[in-house]
Amino acid sequence: MNVRAHMSMLFHLDKCIGCHTCSVACKNLWTDRRGTEYMWWNNVETRPGAGYPTGWEDQERFRGGWERRGDRLELKLHSRPQGLANLFFNPALPELDDYYEPFTFRYQDLFNSPQGDDQPVARPVSMITGEPMNIEAGPNWDDDLGGSNLYAQNDPNWDGVDEDILAQMGEIERVVFNYLPRICNHCLNPSCVAACPSGAIYKRAEDGVVLVNEHKCKGWRMCVAACPYKKVYYNWATGKSEKCILCFPRLETGQAPACAHSCVGRIRYMGVLLYDADQIPTAAMVDDEHLVSSHLDVILDPFDPQVIAAAKENGLDDGWIKAAQESPVYKFVKVWGLALPLHPEYRTMAMMYYIPPLSPIVSTIERGLVKLDLPPEKVDFELFNNLEKARLPLEYLANLFSAGNVEVIRPILQKMLAVRIFKRRQSVEGAVDAATLRLLASVGLEPETAEAIYRLTTLPTLEERFVLPPYHREMAAEAWNDPLAHKGEVGVGTIELPVRGN
Amino acid sequence: MSNWIKEIEAPTERKWEEFYRNRFAHDKRVRTTHGVNCTGSCSWEVFVKDGIVTWELQATDYPQLEAGLPPYEPRGCQRGISFSWYLYSPIRVKYPYGRGALLDLWREARAHHADPVAAWKSLVGDPEKRKRVQTARGKGGFRRVSWDEALEIIAAALVHTIQEHGPDRIIGFSPIPAMSQISYAAGSRFLTLLGGVVMSFYDWYCDLPPASPEIWGEQTDVHESADWYNARFIAVMGSNLNMTRTPDTHFISEVRHAGAKLTVFSPDFSQVAKYADWWIPSHPGQDTAFWMAVNHVLLKEFYLLRQVPYFTDYLKRYTDSPFLVEVKNARPDRYLRAGELRAYAGEENPEWKLLVWDAKTGAPKMPGGTIGFRWQKVKGKWNLELKDTKTGEEIDPLLSLKDVADGVELLEFDDFTTGKTLQRAVPVKYVQTKDGRRVAVTTVFDLLMAQFGVDRGLGGAYPQGYDDEEGLYTPAWQEKYTGIHRDTVIRFAREWAENGEKTRGKNLIIIGAGANHWYHNNLLYRSGITALMLTGSVGVNGGGLAHYVGQEKLANQASWSAIAFAGDWKYPSRQQNTPSFHYVHSDQWRYERGYKDYDRTVQAPSDHTIDHQVRAVRKGWLPFFPQFNRSPLEVVREAEAGGAKTEAEIVAYVVEQLKEGKLEFAVEDPDAPHNWPRVWFIWRGNAIGTSAKGHEYFLKHYLGTHTNTVAEEVANGHVSEVRYRREAPEGKLDLVVDLNFRMDTSALYSDILLPAATWYEKEDLNTTDLHTFINPLQAAVPPAWESKSDWDIFKALAAKFSELARGHLRGPVRDIVMIPLQHDTPDELSQPTDKDWKRGEVQPIPGKTMPKFRVVERDYTRIFDKFTTLGKNLEETGVGMHGLSIEVADFYRELAAKQPRQYGEDVLPSLYEARQVAEAILHLDPVSNGEIAYRAFKDEEKKVGLPLADLAEPNRGVRIGFSEIVAQPRRQLTTPTWSGIILNGRAYSPYTLNVERLIPWRTLSGRQHFYLDHPNYLAWGEHLPAYKPRPDHTMLSETEVTRTQAQGKLLNYITPHGKWSIHTTYSDNHRMMTLSRGGYPVWINDKDAKELGIRDNDWVELFNDNGVFVQRCIVSARIPRGTVFVYHATERTVGIPKSPLRGKRAGMNNSITRTRLKPVLMSGGYAQFTYAFNYWGPTGVNRDTFVYLRRVEEPQW
Repeated sequence: MNVRAHMSMLFHLDKCIGCHTCSVACKNLWTDRRGTEYMWWNNVETRPGAGYPTGWEDQERFRGGWERRGDRLELKLHSRPQGLANLFFNPALPELDDYYEPFTFRYQDLFNSPQGDDQPVARPVSMITGEPMNIEAGPNWDDDLGGSNLYAQNDPNWDGVDEDILAQMGEIERVVFNYLPRICNHCLNPSCVAACPSGAIYKRAEDGVVLVNEHKCKGWRMCVAACPYKKVYYNWATGKSEKCILCFPRLETGQAPACAHSCVGRIRYMGVLLYDADQIPTAAMVDDEHLVSSHLDVILDPFDPQVIAAAKENGLDDGWIKAAQESPVYKFVKVWGLALPLHPEYRTMAMMYYIPPLSPIVSTIERGLVKLDLPPEKVDFELFNNLEKARLPLEYLANLFSAGNVEVIRPILQKMLAVRIFKRRQSVEGAVDAATLRLLASVGLEPETAEAIYRLTTLPTLEERFVLPPYHREMAAEAWNDPLAHKGEVGVGTIELPVRGN
Repeated sequence: MSNWIKEIEAPTERKWEEFYRNRFAHDKRVRTTHGVNCTGSCSWEVFVKDGIVTWELQATDYPQLEAGLPPYEPRGCQRGISFSWYLYSPIRVKYPYGRGALLDLWREARAHHADPVAAWKSLVGDPEKRKRVQTARGKGGFRRVSWDEALEIIAAALVHTIQEHGPDRIIGFSPIPAMSQISYAAGSRFLTLLGGVVMSFYDWYCDLPPASPEIWGEQTDVHESADWYNARFIAVMGSNLNMTRTPDTHFISEVRHAGAKLTVFSPDFSQVAKYADWWIPSHPGQDTAFWMAVNHVLLKEFYLLRQVPYFTDYLKRYTDSPFLVEVKNARPDRYLRAGELRAYAGEENPEWKLLVWDAKTGAPKMPGGTIGFRWQKVKGKWNLELKDTKTGEEIDPLLSLKDVADGVELLEFDDFTTGKTLQRAVPVKYVQTKDGRRVAVTTVFDLLMAQFGVDRGLGGAYPQGYDDEEGLYTPAWQEKYTGIHRDTVIRFAREWAENGEKTRGKNLIIIGAGANHWYHNNLLYRSGITALMLTGSVGVNGGGLAHYVGQEKLANQASWSAIAFAGDWKYPSRQQNTPSFHYVHSDQWRYERGYKDYDRTVQAPSDHTIDHQVRAVRKGWLPFFPQFNRSPLEVVREAEAGGAKTEAEIVAYVVEQLKEGKLEFAVEDPDAPHNWPRVWFIWRGNAIGTSAKGHEYFLKHYLGTHTNTVAEEVANGHVSEVRYRREAPEGKLDLVVDLNFRMDTSALYSDILLPAATWYEKEDLNTTDLHTFINPLQAAVPPAWESKSDWDIFKALAAKFSELARGHLRGPVRDIVMIPLQHDTPDELSQPTDKDWKRGEVQPIPGKTMPKFRVVERDYTRIFDKFTTLGKNLEETGVGMHGLSIEVADFYRELAAKQPRQYGEDVLPSLYEARQVAEAILHLDPVSNGEIAYRAFKDEEKKVGLPLADLAEPNRGVRIGFSEIVAQPRRQLTTPTWSGIILNGRAYSPYTLNVERLIPWRTLSGRQHFYLDHPNYLAWGEHLPAYKPRPDHTMLSETEVTRTQAQGKLLNYITPHGKWSIHTTYSDNHRMMTLSRGGYPVWINDKDAKELGIRDNDWVELFNDNGVFVQRCIVSARIPRGTVFVYHATERTVGIPKSPLRGKRAGMNNSITRTRLKPVLMSGGYAQFTYAFNYWGPTGVNRDTFVYLRRVEEPQW
């Protein structure tokens, strides 16, 4: 057992309001510079939809992640010798059109135009050429089902959804969408790290954060192609790649990443997961059907004395172990089994987790009138017994979060509904009846567990959502400088920007 | 594989990480918020690095409310977090600007005239020069100008306008004071001191829900968002919470997991629909039909077939349903007045007290709490106790007279869908009046049962059951309007009622602009509120109507309003309801034939809206400025020349002149040059841009510049009270001044543009109805470049104006100010009947049958001194709100000691700095000063006659000042200036004070009203909740010219609040442009698009007679067919090409609209239908608009 700690984020998609505050928080802090205009380390996608960059999930084209070849796991992009051969030609790289041409407007014309015979206007112009342009793409182009016939209809996650249902997705009976916020998954088995010819990308031992060393990066861009989530971006001004850093300067000072801090839907949780690094090679190799369970098995019980002992042996202190024990992410992912990694079939072992969303009940059309497709029996939340009547099909969610395995999704949605039924009984009727307790038991929940899920879902304070470990930066600095000297020296000097070719 | 993962990097290899650590390092964090019109009031931390604002993140230290409620943190959305872009962006207004055409003419005039006022007079007095200035508006040509020169031009224009036309030709528009209270107050205080006109916003924006004054006598009072968490059945309609209530929405997603059921009504699959258990896609604007059918089911199943004690008891005590209504001419008529009966004939205010039928004594009885008790001399009977006020005996009012009836009478009920009336029987009692009349009465409840078609076997045309498609208000009937199956309505109604019964009223409607912007919004709201009242849901935590459209609660209104409207100097403010103002002055009335085209009434009147408007002004129902066809200063001079000395004598002279027709109201001849508004101040808003319904008419008639309207004038021959001038004036305004931090549409069309400080550069106060904290604005950095805060700009202008006044307006001048009859004053009792003095039906009596007049003395040379000093009147009369009067003299003196300023001989509190204004507001208001809250309750106790001050005892020692709210958001106190009890962290729910402590609502009956008996409501058929069909395109006459040019499809034009802006603010922000589609897209349904040959992202042109809009298109299956969405709101400054059809630059979202007022909402002088600023009056509806859409090949720039 090789116990490591990981800072992981959890997204409660049932609560996501699709506001993109997270995206702007991130952009303001990190990618508001020349060369980073098109970078959205954090983005939010409308689902169904094409995402950003457009169609990123099409790995036949972009060739991200890993592939099982016999008993070996290899980069989908290329094997290692091929990688060297492809150094100067990387056909899987996304191009400008897969992102968008950054644009702005000639705002200053509103002040400077001489008097004319009509009103002046700020025309759209390219941030690359400075010339007028027609805006044809953006980082959130299909927001809220915009262009649904082009984008939502062609979402690859429809795979396996019944044709009739799919046809209805464009109609009032079944139209639906939800949101999918995405950052770098800081994977346990990161293909970007594997693909880098310069050895510039590393996963931090203390918290699992994956970083591109801006001094070592040579701009080969293999990471851009190899990341199946397309979360490494190439900075055209510095000639280096950059990616989400999980706001490590904030983590190190006890603050949640800016995207999580700013999440006004309160959908994000942040906490430590302990994992067994030794298990990664085998966990990443199992069949698609077992990928979720093998992945989750790598995450260890922070209360297990053996795990604690092994963690201490690896240098983890009490503060981190305590943080792991109080981790809201651990509770949702492991204790309650409500959260899943995104696209486990990419086999990078993503360490950010998602609780899949509920959706409204479908309708039928009768005499041209919309009629809710409600069962005659009275159940507080009708979907509990009729999950196939949720607007968002189980198969769709399974393609996102469980490598197509619907049976992984079903109990999660049922548990959420069971908690809602339990709380409704309790607050409306004043007492919980035997039938409700049976219903809870049928999805493996005790009343106490249901109550705990309810509390962490709805009531958590900032401190309960973000349980952040003590980083002891003095000990990190000590590795190369006297902390007392560091106290006096840190921040003195000029900031050196990465320079192309360095 | 594992050896590919370099987990352990040498520490020295990781030193580069400081690259990102350095970026995150910052020099300062400052708490502030955004003074933006979103009702958010979010606490933010702004990060400053190297003296530059670099980013912002939400502050998260809100105090927790009671246990069991989720915390408020973090509040702040995608728009707020992108604000820092504006500070240094290329759209920032950094310097004062003037338009070249104006500056050239000004400088030329100034070269000939040493006196600036003479120079201005020469400029505007020359029609050719005036025209040159006007036609240049909006056409570029801005030049930088010094602050001195800009202020001199403005001050000269003000002095000239006061001299030549009168101060009431100076107008100012700024919306929503709560978002930056001091910045708003800067302009309104300056204008009021001058005698200028302060224009309303809430009604103009159509954010005011008229149903709220109708039912509750309240402008708007709603739940803080944490209280949503107490609800167990929630219906969201016309409110896209994700978009508009972004920081609050988590309470919705969370309360679902606490067991609440969520139903969402919206025609499109909206962002909030994604959380719904049930999404009900009722057709746009047809929610009324749905709720009317719900009420039919509720009354039948929960009042007739079965009775729920909680519901029945609630209805008896808290609603007007047991009150007796006279039946006359086979129609329901007025409430029976207590004074009609011998037993109560000796009562004070006998016409304003109502009766119920007491079950015990079998006789009519008079409970307290009706409005007659509110304004009588003997206090202490204005409460909701169920006692006969004369005998003190307990009464048990009957809801229905059915079991005690003397008989039944067939009455008429209106079906506006067919234009027919239905005969339905109601039970009646016959009562003998003191004059010996035999009067048939029934109860409001009995009328409701009949109106909703619940058959109790009394006879008449009742529906045959739920499946009766022709039966008005049945579940089957509503199908043809809503497109929703009857089974869904019935299921909804049952679950709604069962939840209400089990939870004792935790039924919540969250409602917004999607519902309130329809022409018949008051009926839509009343239908939903009826379902709330029927389930006992109003005045309960987690229950009631939560209306969120733009109001933002100005929590500390009691003290703030004294400063904002110069009450501290005892000046009455000229407060104008803006819908009437723009309808009249921007000449939009000339383009319609009157309300008979779009409103259906019982008596089918053949009248024009402007005629109704004119009558409303002369009866004192609504304000209107300018007042007269002469300067009010001139009118006083005339009176004085005729020997009048006192106020009473001057007023008598004016009344006589009006009566004889020697003096006219300006509204009677709005196109006469002497009645035009002349100088317009715009600050904190986009008055010419998206705040201009009928924007193209603004350009034409106000500004006199280019326009895209092609509508033809049709009013001639249809008007009677107003003088129709053949030539409509183009360019009424002499000068338009805009204060702004960004170049928005209003800035682009103004003559002078002054650089305003942003929200990160000034001190101010901010409150909201969505939470109960008071937030500060603070300067993180000084005002950038040459910008100044609004307070400092108006202060500088006051100084310049006072200086010029010394040469032109020396000595005290007397002004007469016209004020309509006022809500929350005894004026509410002024017109028990509707009579017109002009027609000789009554005598013209100011304050009774006509407006009130106040004579005030203005010393124009002391405007600056008064502006910067808190006047003594506060010490003498205290602060007040909602009819309360609260003594604050000791605190006033404390303030004078803390922030002294010399005023003549006196040392008074200073208002020189914005921070001092903030301290004054906080120190003198009950929400932030516990002792003042206590005194307010003591005053309320006297009126109500029940103990209340216990609610203020626990916090009597609390004092919240500016440094306290800077340290941490602080919660407001429980006060009777509002209606919620919020002690011990309890969430604010409106009317809990009324329900729990028996304080009446501020209405005629003192209860919540199902029934409205004002003569206009009887005539309009809106005395009972009713459904009226939406005006369709054939009724709106705005496609008459366009129809001939049309190549495309006629669609209903919907402008919901958007995701990427707060109105237009942020809409031009680079971040928001990038995250959306880089423009202001037009959303249409995919099948409609296919028919029109339009593909996603094609350019399209939207047009009708009012104007035109050109943008790229989004095609989506989530948009309902037959509609086109343009998310509110757009600018015409960014990315707008020319219109292929009209040849000029295409406009913005309000280019397509024109104002239509609803005359019934002009009623006044009668209980809750009595005017107050932003409280009552017709609203600027904009949803019922039709437009043609077609594809554009290639945009022309």
